[in-house]
Amino acid sequence: MLVREGTPDAPARRREPDVESRTWIEELRATGVERSGALDRLHDLLLRAARAEAHRRRHLYPEIAGVELDDLCRQAADDAVVAVTAKLDGYRGESRFTTWAYAFAIFEISVKLRRHAWRRGGIPTADDDTTWDRLAERAGTVEAGAGIESAELLGALRRAITEELTARQRQVFVAVALNDIEIDVVADQLSSTRGAIYKVLHDARMKLRRRLEREGHLTQKGAR
Amino acid sequence: MSDSDLTTHLLGTAGEDAGCEETLSRLAEYVEGELSGREMAEPFPAVAQHLRNCPACAEDYRGLVELLRRRDI
Repeated sequence: MLVREGTPDAPARRREPDVESRTWIEELRATGVERSGALDRLHDLLLRAARAEAHRRRHLYPEIAGVELDDLCRQAADDAVVAVTAKLDGYRGESRFTTWAYAFAIFEISVKLRRHAWRRGGIPTADDDTTWDRLAERAGTVEAGAGIESAELLGALRRAITEELTARQRQVFVAVALNDIEIDVVADQLSSTRGAIYKVLHDARMKLRRRLEREGHLTQKGAR
Repeated sequence: MSDSDLTTHLLGTAGEDAGCEETLSRLAEYVEGELSGREMAEPFPAVAQHLRNCPACAEDYRGLVELLRRRDI
């Protein structure tokens, strides 16, 4: 799902994969013992990738460790293997096959760690005064002189959220942008996906930008 | 936090944004290119833009960079 209308990026090119990558593809497209062997090796590879990524993020989730963490890594490897095999035709040889497959393992373990860590239940759905007070405090405390402009900007933004956004856009924007809830957590709570929730957030941001630009609240510096 | 930082935090940056799914599908090529010294934001401006706007995908990007730099995986 694209969140943009144009296609400024270079179109994906199909290249001839390197020998190792070609072997992976051939074996994963084979049948019988050859395929099952390749699947086992792929699972081992992606499990190591998931464990490495979980280790890299350990400071973010110190409460998840031991058997619990390893179970999440195994689930991530399982789901990454499913994703890789389902999307095999989408591999176009632009990178090594293993790099392409690693991206799925990293995506899966990142989603699982975030969702597992979020056990408080529920996401904020209303932009109450506490939320805006906290934002105003963050805005006004670092840069001298930013306080008044920020207060005006936040006031205009609060009105725009009420008047411009759909209920779904408001729900996602309040959770992700105003309350810093991670997109994967919001996606889980709303039975959706990272990509779909990001699209809702992106559309909400564009609506709010246009409104704030019309009202003269976004300067060149702020409109970057 | 300055006004522009606040605006970026709340509204993201303006410009074409590839979205999560396209970014994930191109992340391998993007990261391999960067690690070989190429400036990948030039051929893939919408992916680069997405990585500025989406903290979740940006963290995945950092994870893949780190993984490819390791020799023991």
